[in-house]
Amino acid sequence: MGERLERMETGAEGPVVPIDQREILRYLGYGREQPDEQILALVESTIAEVKRTARPRHITGECKLELMPDGEIAIGSIHVVSRSLSRNLRDCERAVLLAATLGTEIDYLLYRYGRFEMSRAVVLQAASAAMIETYCDMVCEELAERYEAKGLYLRPRFSPGYGDLSLSCQPDLLQELEAGKRIGIKLTESLLMTPSKSVSAVVGVSKKPHRCEVKGCEACGKTDCLYRRI
Amino acid sequence: MDMDIIQWMKGHRVFFDGGMGSLLQEKGLKAGELPETWNLLHPQVLVEIHKAYLRAGANIITTNTFGANALKYPAEGKWELKALVRAAVENGKQAREAYIRECKEQEMGRTGAVEMASAGVAVRKGGTATTDIAPIYVALDLGPTGKLLKPLGDLDFERAVELYKEVIRAGAGAGADLILVETMSDSMEVKAAVLAAKESCSLPVFATMAFDQKGKLLTGGDVESIVALLEGLRVDALGLNCGLGPVQMRPIAEKLLAVSSTPVIVNPNAGLPRSEGGKTVYDIDADQFAQEMEKIARMGISMMGGCCGTTPEHIEKLVGRCRDLPVTLPEKKGRTVISSYSQAVVLGKDPVIIGERINPTGKSRFKQALRDHNIEYILREGVTQQDNGAHVLDVNVGLPEIDEPAMMEEVVRELQAVTDLPLQIDTSSIQAMERALRCYNGKALVNSVNGKQEVMEAVFPLVAKYGGVVVGLCLDEAGIPETAEGRIQVAKKILRTAARYGIGPEDIIIDGLCMTVSSDSKGALTTLETLRRVRDELHGKTVLGVSNISFGLPQREIINAAFFTMALHDGLSAAIINPNSEAMMRAYYSFRALSDLDAQCGDYIGIYGGQQGLGLGATLSGRRDGLTGTGAGGAGASGPGAAVSQPGGQGTMAGPAGSKGAIAGPAGSVGVALSKGGRFAGAGSNGLSLAEGVIKGLKEVARAAVEEELKARPPLEIINEELIPALDVVGKGFEKGTMFLPQLLMSAEAAKSAFEVIKAHMDSSGQAQESKGKVILATVKGDIHDIGKNIVKVLLENYGYEVIDLGKDVPPEAVVEAAVKDHVLVVGLSALMTTTVPSMEETIRQLREQAPWVKVMVGGAVLTKEYADTIGADRYCRDAMASVDFAGEVMAGGI
Repeated sequence: MGERLERMETGAEGPVVPIDQREILRYLGYGREQPDEQILALVESTIAEVKRTARPRHITGECKLELMPDGEIAIGSIHVVSRSLSRNLRDCERAVLLAATLGTEIDYLLYRYGRFEMSRAVVLQAASAAMIETYCDMVCEELAERYEAKGLYLRPRFSPGYGDLSLSCQPDLLQELEAGKRIGIKLTESLLMTPSKSVSAVVGVSKKPHRCEVKGCEACGKTDCLYRRI
Repeated sequence: MDMDIIQWMKGHRVFFDGGMGSLLQEKGLKAGELPETWNLLHPQVLVEIHKAYLRAGANIITTNTFGANALKYPAEGKWELKALVRAAVENGKQAREAYIRECKEQEMGRTGAVEMASAGVAVRKGGTATTDIAPIYVALDLGPTGKLLKPLGDLDFERAVELYKEVIRAGAGAGADLILVETMSDSMEVKAAVLAAKESCSLPVFATMAFDQKGKLLTGGDVESIVALLEGLRVDALGLNCGLGPVQMRPIAEKLLAVSSTPVIVNPNAGLPRSEGGKTVYDIDADQFAQEMEKIARMGISMMGGCCGTTPEHIEKLVGRCRDLPVTLPEKKGRTVISSYSQAVVLGKDPVIIGERINPTGKSRFKQALRDHNIEYILREGVTQQDNGAHVLDVNVGLPEIDEPAMMEEVVRELQAVTDLPLQIDTSSIQAMERALRCYNGKALVNSVNGKQEVMEAVFPLVAKYGGVVVGLCLDEAGIPETAEGRIQVAKKILRTAARYGIGPEDIIIDGLCMTVSSDSKGALTTLETLRRVRDELHGKTVLGVSNISFGLPQREIINAAFFTMALHDGLSAAIINPNSEAMMRAYYSFRALSDLDAQCGDYIGIYGGQQGLGLGATLSGRRDGLTGTGAGGAGASGPGAAVSQPGGQGTMAGPAGSKGAIAGPAGSVGVALSKGGRFAGAGSNGLSLAEGVIKGLKEVARAAVEEELKARPPLEIINEELIPALDVVGKGFEKGTMFLPQLLMSAEAAKSAFEVIKAHMDSSGQAQESKGKVILATVKGDIHDIGKNIVKVLLENYGYEVIDLGKDVPPEAVVEAAVKDHVLVVGLSALMTTTVPSMEETIRQLREQAPWVKVMVGGAVLTKEYADTIGADRYCRDAMASVDFAGEVMAGGI
């Protein structure tokens, strides 16, 4: 059994998280096209509603990391097998576990608009997805600064479901962070997170700086994806 | 055995124990190990921990069963759940016996009067040397299930109740003294646990919740809404635990004390945690903890202990500081309060508006919606009323030809997912009432009981079990008393009888009965006198179905609004009215401004300020696009006074054109007033055609244009020559990549509102609208993402298909059953995650076996054509338009 997780913190309540309009339009498939005024107004009012409604919170914890042959990894007391995560964590000796969520309020909104106004529901979906991603970026950037002060470097965050990292590690990961009790992230039987706008991830900590920040779309092999960042 | 805890806590301070997890870790519980297994593996460790707390002065010890439920310990697993629970209670009982033995031995070894304060032994005052051990109670600890309940999660409410019952039966059977439900952050889940306790044992039930620093639960509830819920469920004590230290918990405890009539528990963490050199440390130490707890005790809290991070040292210091403080219990607050999952509504001085529109009486479209199982129509009625200012929604779905209890439960479940207003359960069916109250996420208004013995005997037990404020109608076996005195007598009888069921006067609101003034010219005066006398003599709250006053009169809104103002002035606490009515809402806001209920006329000015140019001010602004279009412009959907068919078909907003007078301005003026934000766009007057309205996605334009067109052309011609071609333009643009999803959907929504107008027109002229056929849609089992499926639904409906929407997380069997039942030709399945594609495959397999005629289309983020072929689907649809094409091909016999 690995060491116990050093739980670091839950996020301060009510952080201001910007939502990038271009990111939403990309999610909505606009690519390089410019939407008309009416759509822009819908996007803007939805962004405002998401900012009003979401209750972003997160929790992080640091633990020991052990990389073994054939993609076997011990992250604290969690055991996983994933070659892609193993690659991501190369040269790392410790890892930060992260869980973040926008809370149930956004899901209620999605439910409501899904019943009455699908056009707003799809924009809301995109806006809240953009928000949780930005929120995670903010959390990771802040962590990175603190670690860099100690001469340590963070790897890009890696979530269950990326590459060959199976969702089956979700229960252990969230349990370690007590994410259910602390920030309300629970799993369904099929290991999906609820509230739906939630993220869990592993972030490698290394003494070596990372060569190149290839993450998100650029790191993905599916080059014909409709939603690929241009 | 010791004195019952309920009796004991009335006269004594009660001390809970502290944290369990961190102590188990110290004793060697490894990360990832299930703590409850130690009940059987290391019982002596548990006994020692309990004893340490008893020595520290705790008199409630909580069993090590926080995570014990069948989800974590499934029947097929290594550990037997019941054995773990029984062992936990046994460990508690053993610790108690051992501790009592220890005390007696100590006592025998002493001489004279000794204060055994540090051992937590209460010394009886009076100077004798006899020590008296305070009673010790073993609390069966119940934590959250670890799952989010439906509709946002996948755990069914009744399943949650069952999970808790299993643990409670084992724990109560093993001799637990009380049930402690703790660290709850979901109102529906705590309701499941409390009901489970009430239904499977007779032990006292305590419930404590984990709030954040702002006094909110993770699922949105606040202190007031939770107190309403828990007091409704008749818990014996309620309060706070976990999440915060005593410093942060104090202001929340203060809020709790201000509204609770039930004893309050405060069990904070040791402080705010941080990590230091691999260990969790807290910002305050045990001494500071005790010091902070003393402040909380002095506020009037007599039940306290600790949660995460607290140790026997914390408890000992807490007991040392607080043991001798006087015991104060919260006084009865007498608040009349109802709640939803997120907010409480108090019935008091400030009048409450109960929206009456969810009711089929006199509304043919509503009746048809019930027959067609058109839940969306009903939900829309609810949301529109909320947008127009309702505080509570009345829910009446009674129609002879439908299964009312089932419909009531479904509507309540769905409504509480789309609105955060409390609901008023309005039914004469006791079954429907119970099913609604059971699944309701809060403390409901119950409409209604009356003075008839039989009715009271049926309704009061439900209110006593599930909680609620109940409307008491002033009538009984002898009918409706003609005088106010007669009605007051019935009201008194209702209050007396309610008290016998443990229902206090604060949970009854009296309906003095509003009789139609056209058949009895003194009717209104009698009602008003009843209102005054309930207020002045019974000190009670009142409610009226205001619109009844005007039955049989023309221009009912005029009388309704005037009577409403009179009733408010005579003390009406809650009014069941149509909040979509301008006249009624004007009366409401004016009354508040005139009665010192609207500080500096702030609300009044907020609504009517800046409307000088509009004739009479407009109240019903509609706070958002889309949802309000229906209510405001609603093609006959919203008339004043519910229970009536409108002679002359007067709409709510616009009076007949040209009519003068205070209420109805020229038809156009209100229309303009409603278009704040430009949504009404001149109702067709800007020259845009129906097709243009659809293509541009302008709902109100499309609606207005179609109304114009219906005057000149037959409906089918409009559909075939305008609507469908317009939809095709958008569909083609989407396929070519020149138009995008939000536009596609806005056009679909514009078309839908045009279709609604056409449908109403055809219904009223007795024409049947043709359906192109039925399509089943479902998001497969295990998947809770239904946005893709909902997009497909909107488009299919546009193209004239009747969609049977089975929702999300749908088991294969349910899809098969629906396909077989109506011999449906097309089934659409959606899955977003790779993990749920296997259940899509299984659904297709079962369909092939039992409904071989079905053609299956599949879609979802992770699917590809190859993947779809592998799992045996007939078509992979890359987007919603593709699904429309597929349905068309199947129906035309092409596939």
